[in-house]
Amino acid sequence: MSTKGKEPLLVVRGLEKYFPVRSGFLVERTVDHVKAVDGVDFEIQEGTTLGLVGESGSGKSTTGYCVLQLMKPTGGSVRFNGEELTELGNEALRKMRREMQIVFQDPYSSLNPRMTVGDIVSEPLEVHGIGSRKSRRESVRQLLDVVGFDPTFTNRYPHEFSGGQRQRIGIARALALNPKLIVCDEPVSALDVSIQAQILNLLRDLQRDFGLTYLFIAHDLAVVRAMSDTIAVMNGGKIVESGPAEQIYTNPKNEYTQALLTAVPVADPRRQRERKAERRRLKHALAEGF
Amino acid sequence: MALLEVRDLRTYFKVREGDVRAVDGVSFEVEAGKTLSIVGESGCGKSVTALSIMGLIPKPPARIVSGSIRFDGEELTGLKESELENLRGRELAMIFQDPMTSLNPTLTIGTQITETLSRHLGMSRGEANKRAVELLEEVRIPRAKARLKDYPHRYSGGMRQRVMIAIALSCNPKLLIADEPTTALDVTVQAGILDLLEELRTEHQMAMILITHDMGVVAEAADDVVVMYAGQVVEQAGVLELFDNPEHPYTEALLGALPNLEGEGGREARLASIPGRPPDLLDPPPACRFAPRCPHANLGDYCTVEPPELRELRPGHWVRSAHPASERAAVAV
Repeated sequence: MSTKGKEPLLVVRGLEKYFPVRSGFLVERTVDHVKAVDGVDFEIQEGTTLGLVGESGSGKSTTGYCVLQLMKPTGGSVRFNGEELTELGNEALRKMRREMQIVFQDPYSSLNPRMTVGDIVSEPLEVHGIGSRKSRRESVRQLLDVVGFDPTFTNRYPHEFSGGQRQRIGIARALALNPKLIVCDEPVSALDVSIQAQILNLLRDLQRDFGLTYLFIAHDLAVVRAMSDTIAVMNGGKIVESGPAEQIYTNPKNEYTQALLTAVPVADPRRQRERKAERRRLKHALAEGF
Repeated sequence: MALLEVRDLRTYFKVREGDVRAVDGVSFEVEAGKTLSIVGESGCGKSVTALSIMGLIPKPPARIVSGSIRFDGEELTGLKESELENLRGRELAMIFQDPMTSLNPTLTIGTQITETLSRHLGMSRGEANKRAVELLEEVRIPRAKARLKDYPHRYSGGMRQRVMIAIALSCNPKLLIADEPTTALDVTVQAGILDLLEELRTEHQMAMILITHDMGVVAEAADDVVVMYAGQVVEQAGVLELFDNPEHPYTEALLGALPNLEGEGGREARLASIPGRPPDLLDPPPACRFAPRCPHANLGDYCTVEPPELRELRPGHWVRSAHPASERAAVAV
């Protein structure tokens, strides 16, 4: 282990999130736990992207929420920018949130339908008491411009816009406080392919221009590959394999990673015929829940 | 003669502002025993096309304005509801995207399967129960007999889609319409469903219309492909031909916008995106509907003035564009 070089922006060690399973008549007792996140370790260097992939229920979103302390982890450590987040009090955490933001999956339900686009984007600035009303209005215009949303529409409401445009609003809101880390929780899975590419390119441009660090959570392996420097594959609350993106995609070691990769159909009928054969050989490793 | 022939189908939805032309002049054929994939983005009319064939469009506000749907030699568009009901389930079956909502949560899986069997095949309760077990086994549901008594919430998403497939297949239909059958499922579960559909299709010699937005699913499962955009067919070809030589600028752009899972171009390559978004179908562009987003359309070009016809560039390869790839290449030389 080299001691030189900067400490990664985010270091997660032994992260756990257990949800109690309660049962009983009148008096409920905790009879068991669902281990949604069960001892997860990873780190992200500043300015890079870690892609966290897995299927539904693998614990990838819960991991994202626990990193941001939007859910209180059951155990483990989250060091962000040199500070231990799990020990921070509410006020300190609130300050820390300026540095870390989230972009949600569903641009239809993550924007308040009763607020105008301008209010949505300026809300984080207001909450953190940044700038005057006038300077905030100017910031909003700039932010919307940066994400490719026409700033003349600041007085409109979210329902007037398509999914791609709404996701741009969500990204502008996440950028408002000039954060270091953005957790992107399935940011393009609700979007059509042609729009998806626009948003992915935007996220990459923003990373380049502002030196952003991303925890990029998604189930689409091709999308994650296009975005990530390093990859962590989750299954059943644990990271089963992690490493440089190219290594995971070209030479996966873990059986689950292999099964996951071969299960994805690729847009090439000849190649897909070979992959189908490969997939059937690996079929024993495919877990199908009941 | 093809099993299904759709000719110039137009299905409009009446809204206060006028007619939304969801399906606007769609034609294609499905050969017996083959899989035709209809691919396109949300709102392109692929599901409305399927529902029109099934006679399941909500009337009002929707109506079939014109066109013909011939299935096994019989015209479906003028049929009475009771005649359609006899056809649906028996000859024509459909499965939907969301296996969570397409089963009735208050009835056991067994009841929901035997209902179809007694309705269409007039089976007695005993016969139907026996057949239901066979059907569940056929879609690879373990402990089929015991699981018949379970309610849908006891089944996972993939298992529910298997039940839907079992119900769809119960009367040996000639054509199965699968509308995004794997979109709500995880990739490993999707793989199992695609495998199952392929096996059953071969066994039952059934034709399938597979509606999807996923070019990977098309590449895996289709024999022929119809690409839809803004209520119209913009390109149609055999699956190999379509992926080898995409002609329509929209098809090219769709394929180009996909991130690669394999090979070169992981992190570095910039994704080609399509600027703008699909048009409003209340008031679509007057000529080519893709022209406002098309990199090859020039102002004053005939494609922005006159609607391009669907034409056969090569045998079996149809395209609706003034600037298909092969003609652009010829001009450039």
